[in-house]
Amino acid sequence: MDASITMTVDGREHTLTVDTRTTLLDVVRDHLNNWSPKKGCDHGQCGACTMLVDGRRVTTCLSLAVAQDGRDVVTAAGLADGDQLHPVQQAFIDQDAFQCGYCTPGQVCSAVGMLDEAGGADLSDDEIRERMSGNLCRCGAYVNIVAAVRQAADGAPDGRRS
Amino acid sequence: MIPFAYSRADTTADAVRAVSADPDAAFIAGGTNLVDHMRLEIATPRTLVDVSRLPLGDVIDTADGGVAIGASVRNSDLAEHPAVRSRYPALSTALLSGASGQLRNLATTGGNLLQRTRCPYFHDPTTPCNKREPGTGCSALGGYARDAAIFAATPDCVATHPSDMAVALALYGGVVQVLGAAGDREIPLNEFYANEDPSHDTVLAHGELITGVRLPPPTGAPSTYRKVRDRESYAFALVSVAASLRVDGGHVADVRIACGGVAHKPWRAARAEEALRGAPASAASYEAAADAELAAADPLPGNEFKRRLLRGTLTAVLSELSEEQ
Amino acid sequence: MSTPRIDGELKVRGLAPFAYEQRTERPLYLFPVLSRIAAGRVAALDTAAAEAAPGVFAVLTHANAPKLASTDNLELAVLQSADIGFRGQIIGAVLAETPEEARYAAGLVGHSYDESAHDARFRVDHPDAYTPEGVNGGQQADVSKGDVDAALASARTAVDHVYTTPIEHNNPMEPHTAVAQWDGRTLTLFDSTQGVHPARSVLAPLFGLEPDRMHVISPYVGGGFGSKGTPHAGEALTALAAFAADGRPVKYALTRQQMFPLAGYREPTHQHIRLAADPGGRLTAVSVDVTEPTSKIKEFAEQAGVPARTMYAAPNIRSTHRLVPLDVPVASWFRAPGECPGMFGLETAMDDLAAAAGIDPIELRRRNDTDVDPMSGKPFSARHLVECLDTGAERFGWERRRPEPGSRREGDWLIGLGVASSTYPFVRIPGSVARVRYRADGRYEVGIGAAELGTGTWTSLTQIAAEALGCPKESVMLAIGDTDEPNATIAGGSSGTASWGGAIIAAADEFREKFGERPEPDDEVRAESPTVTDAENFSLHSFGAQFAEVRVNSRTGEVRVDRLLGVFSVGRVINARTARSQFIGGMTMGLGMALHEESVMDPRFGHVVNHDLAGYHVPACADVHDIDAIWLDERDEHAGKLGARGIGEIGITGTAAAIANAAYNATGVRVRDLPLTLDKFLR
Repeated sequence: MDASITMTVDGREHTLTVDTRTTLLDVVRDHLNNWSPKKGCDHGQCGACTMLVDGRRVTTCLSLAVAQDGRDVVTAAGLADGDQLHPVQQAFIDQDAFQCGYCTPGQVCSAVGMLDEAGGADLSDDEIRERMSGNLCRCGAYVNIVAAVRQAADGAPDGRRS
Repeated sequence: MIPFAYSRADTTADAVRAVSADPDAAFIAGGTNLVDHMRLEIATPRTLVDVSRLPLGDVIDTADGGVAIGASVRNSDLAEHPAVRSRYPALSTALLSGASGQLRNLATTGGNLLQRTRCPYFHDPTTPCNKREPGTGCSALGGYARDAAIFAATPDCVATHPSDMAVALALYGGVVQVLGAAGDREIPLNEFYANEDPSHDTVLAHGELITGVRLPPPTGAPSTYRKVRDRESYAFALVSVAASLRVDGGHVADVRIACGGVAHKPWRAARAEEALRGAPASAASYEAAADAELAAADPLPGNEFKRRLLRGTLTAVLSELSEEQ
Repeated sequence: MSTPRIDGELKVRGLAPFAYEQRTERPLYLFPVLSRIAAGRVAALDTAAAEAAPGVFAVLTHANAPKLASTDNLELAVLQSADIGFRGQIIGAVLAETPEEARYAAGLVGHSYDESAHDARFRVDHPDAYTPEGVNGGQQADVSKGDVDAALASARTAVDHVYTTPIEHNNPMEPHTAVAQWDGRTLTLFDSTQGVHPARSVLAPLFGLEPDRMHVISPYVGGGFGSKGTPHAGEALTALAAFAADGRPVKYALTRQQMFPLAGYREPTHQHIRLAADPGGRLTAVSVDVTEPTSKIKEFAEQAGVPARTMYAAPNIRSTHRLVPLDVPVASWFRAPGECPGMFGLETAMDDLAAAAGIDPIELRRRNDTDVDPMSGKPFSARHLVECLDTGAERFGWERRRPEPGSRREGDWLIGLGVASSTYPFVRIPGSVARVRYRADGRYEVGIGAAELGTGTWTSLTQIAAEALGCPKESVMLAIGDTDEPNATIAGGSSGTASWGGAIIAAADEFREKFGERPEPDDEVRAESPTVTDAENFSLHSFGAQFAEVRVNSRTGEVRVDRLLGVFSVGRVINARTARSQFIGGMTMGLGMALHEESVMDPRFGHVVNHDLAGYHVPACADVHDIDAIWLDERDEHAGKLGARGIGEIGITGTAAAIANAAYNATGVRVRDLPLTLDKFLR
C-alpha cells in the first residue's frame, strides 16, 4: 500500500509516494539515489545505515519511511559544506579510520551524532569506544576510528583539548 | 513484509480503538523490534497504528517522590534524565548497556518492555518454535540453548526476555500503566510477563496500549546494574544483575535483586534476598545467597554455565555495593 | 611513503560506488527462495500465488530457468536440477519491480520436498572420512619426513592435544551484491568481487560466453576477506536471471542471513597436534593431523596442517588432512586459509610445550629457529622470526610477564601475557598485465583490472606507477576494477600488490625504454608481470610475532584484550599508512576469532543457527583497545623487483594463539577450543 510523505534529505525537500513497507534507508538509496548510507545487515545489528534524523543518529533500516513524514534527514553525503569536509570526515581521512569504506558513512554519521549527544563532555577513549559500538567495522579500523573521533572531539569549536 | 496499511494516532484513545477493533492491527512506536519481525514475517500485521508521536514523551516527578515515565520516552533520553541518573542509577546504566546509541534513540519505554525474545529459533521462520507458531515444538530443546532460561522455563518454551531496562524497572518495583478498550489499569512489572502460553509474552490483551511506567520512590539503598555478555558492548545479556543493597553494622539491612538473561521475565531473586536479610555483608553470604537462588535453577545442556555465571555476577555486584558503604 | 588514500574523500562522503549502487534504468529486483531441507529433491514449488502477487515479473525455478552451458560446478549450477545438497540452497527466485514486492512474493512460494536423511554432524571418526587429492593452495594433503612415531615414543617432553577452531563466516560489511544485464550480446555484471577477471573466467563459461562477451565491473568492494575471491551462487543466480529479464538489469544483494549458507565460510578444524622435544626444548618431532568437514557437492580442503611444515626446525615432521563429507553449504576462502587456523593450533601447542618444558615461550621459539625450510631444505629468502620476537618483546615489556600462571591479579581481574608467531607464504600469481598510455594533457593512464577491497589498491598502485614512471602521483590516472582493462589476478593470497605492482613496473619500464622521457600523446605499452625465478632456489615466507596482554575476570570469566602488538617481516612496505591499517585490521579480526567468532551448526536442520550479526559476533569498537603493528625495514630482492611479500593475511595468523596463551598465563586455564568465551573460564 502506498502513502505520501514529505521529508528533507541533505537539505532538499522531497515529496514522495512510498510503499508502506519501504524503510527510510531504502527510500534514500533506491528512490533518491543517495547511496551514501549503506545496508550491511538490514536488522539494526551493524550500524552501516546510520543517518541523522532530526539531528539524532538512528538505524534507518528499522525505520519505516512512512513514519518519517516531516523529518529532517542528513546522510554522510550531506555533512560537508561543499568542498569543505565535516571535521569528523576530515579526521577519518587523517587517521586512516577505514579501509573498504562500506561502514564509513554510518560511522561518520554516528560519530557526529554521538559528539552532539555528549554535549562537549570530555570523553575518555573507553567512552568513545562504548558510544561507537553500534557501528561494526569488519576491516578492523576501530583503533583509527577512535583516534579520528578523538581528533574531531578535541578540535571542537570550544577549543577544548584532552 | 506483507502489505499493510499505516495510520498515525492523534490520541491514545484513538490508538486503542483502532487496534482493538482489528485483530490484524498492531501498534508501532520506535519500530526497532517490530519492523525487524515484519521483515522476517515473524509478525504479519495488516494495519499499523503509529503511536510514536502521542503525547507520552515526558518523565514526571510524582507526588509520592517517584517518577512517571511516558511510554514514548526514548531509551536514550530516559537514560540521561537527571531524575533517573540520580535516583534510579541502575535504570540509567541498564538502558545505556542496551543495544546501541542509534537504537536507543529510536526505542521507546513501552516498546522496550514489549520486545520479544532473541532466541535464534524464534527468529528463523523455517524452524519450529512454539512462541512463533504454537504447537510446532521448541527447537532450542536439544539445540542451541546458550541464550536459554535457567529459571521457570516450560517444556514448551525456554526463551529469555532480552530487555535490560525491564530488569532495572523490576528492581525498583515498576508498575506498567495500560489503556485498553475497557479502560486503564496498572500491572506490576513482576506480573507483566507470562509464559503459560509461549505465544503470549505478556498479560496484555490485544489492543491494550502501554501508556507509561510508574516507579515508586527510591528506597535510598545504593543500586547498580551489571551486564555480562559475549562482547564488551552491543550484545544481549548472558546474565545481568540489578541490585540494591543497604548495609548496616556489617550486616545486610535491605536488599533487592533482579536478574536478566535467565528467565522469560526479569527474575526477582526472592530466595537470595531472603537468605541475605540480616546476614553478614560478605562475599561468602553473597555466594550462599546465589546458591539458594540457584537451587531452583534447571539449566539445559548448553547453558549450565549460567549457574556459575549468575553466582559470580551476583557476588561481584553485591560485593561492589557493600564496598561502597 | 605514507600517502593518504586517494579514495578517502569519496568514502567519508559515502560516494564511492559499490556494485549495487550503479545507476540503472528500470531494474528488476531479485529475491531467492531457499531450501528448507538439507538433502533430497524439490518435489514441487507452488509459484501461483507469487506469480499473481503485485509487481512480480517472473518466478524462476529449476523447471523454467534458463539452462547453463556448464553445470560441473554444483555450487554455481543454480536452478538447473531439483537436487538439494544443503539447507539454504537456492531453489527458486522472484523477479519483481521493487525489492519489497520481490521479497514478499518469494515468501508466497509453496515448498514440497522428497526429503532424504541428511548428515550434517561433523565428527572425526566419521566412517566416510577420506584423504583429499590435495589441499587448498596446491599443497599435498599428507607429507612426512623422518620417523615421527619413533621420536614421539622416545621423547622426554611431549605435547599431545587436540586443538579446534569453529566454523567462521567472513561477513564483509558489504553483502555479496551483483547487478546483471544481458543485452543480447554482452552480459554486463557489476559485481562485488576480489577480481573482475577471475570472476569472468568462472562465470562466462557457465553461460557459454566467450570472455569478450562478458563485462565485469567492480571499482569498490566493501570487504571480502576471501569470500568474494570466487563467484558464489548469488552472482550465478543474478546473471542467470538477467537472461530471463527482457534486457532489464537485475539487482540482487544477499541478505545478511543468506550470506551464511551462500557466500562461503571457513570450515571448522580438528587438529591433533603432537610435539616432542629434547630436554633443551629442541623439537624432535612435529605431527599435525587435521580433520575437517566438507560439502558433499563441492570439496574444499583448508590447509590447516601446512604451517607446521615450515615453522620450526625438526628432524621428524608429519602433517596430514582428512575430510568428512556432509550435507552442508560450500566452504571457501577466509583470510589466510590454512595458516590462520593452523597457527592457532601450532602456536598454542608451542605454548603448551613451553609450559611443559619450563622454558620461556620466546626462548623456545628461538631454540627452534631455522635458516632452511624444514621440509624442502631450501634456504629462506629472509627469515627474521627471532628478530620480530626480540623487537616485540622489548617494546611490549615481555620481561614483566610472570611465568607462573594466575600470579598477577588486580581486583577481580587476572592478567597475563602471551606470544605467538605469525607466518604467511609469499604468493605471486602469474598473468597480471598492465597498460601505460601517455595522454595529451601530460598525464599517464595506468590500467589493470585490479581490485580495491579497502586494501589501499587505488593508492598503492598509483604510488608504484608514479615511482616506476618517475612522475608525480598527480600525473597518474589509475583505472582498475574493470575487465576492459588488462588482465589482473585475484586480490587474494596477499598477492595483489606484488602481482599487479610487478606488471605496472614492467609496463612502466617498457614504456620508458620505448618512448623515453618525452613520449607523444597516445604512446602506449602493455606488459606482463615477470615471473619470479628465485622461488625455485628459496623458500619465500613472511614471518611475525604477536604479543597479547589479556585480562580475565575471576568471577564472570569475561575476557578482555588490553593490548596487542604485532611485529612483522614482510619485505618492502609500499604505503606505511595503509599497511598499518591492514596489519591492525588483520589482528582485530584475529581478536574476533579468539574471543567471539563461531557459527553454530545445528545438525538436526543442517544450518547455522546464529546466522546474523547479533548472533555471530564480530568485534565491536568496545572490544578493541590498544592494538599496534610495526614492521622491519627491509626489501626482499628474491620476491621480485618490488621487494614486497604481501601483508593482507599475516596479521590474522597467530593472533588467536597469542590471546589464548595470554589467557592461560592469566588464569592457568588452557583453552584449546576457540573461541575463548567466558564459560570456558568459569570454574
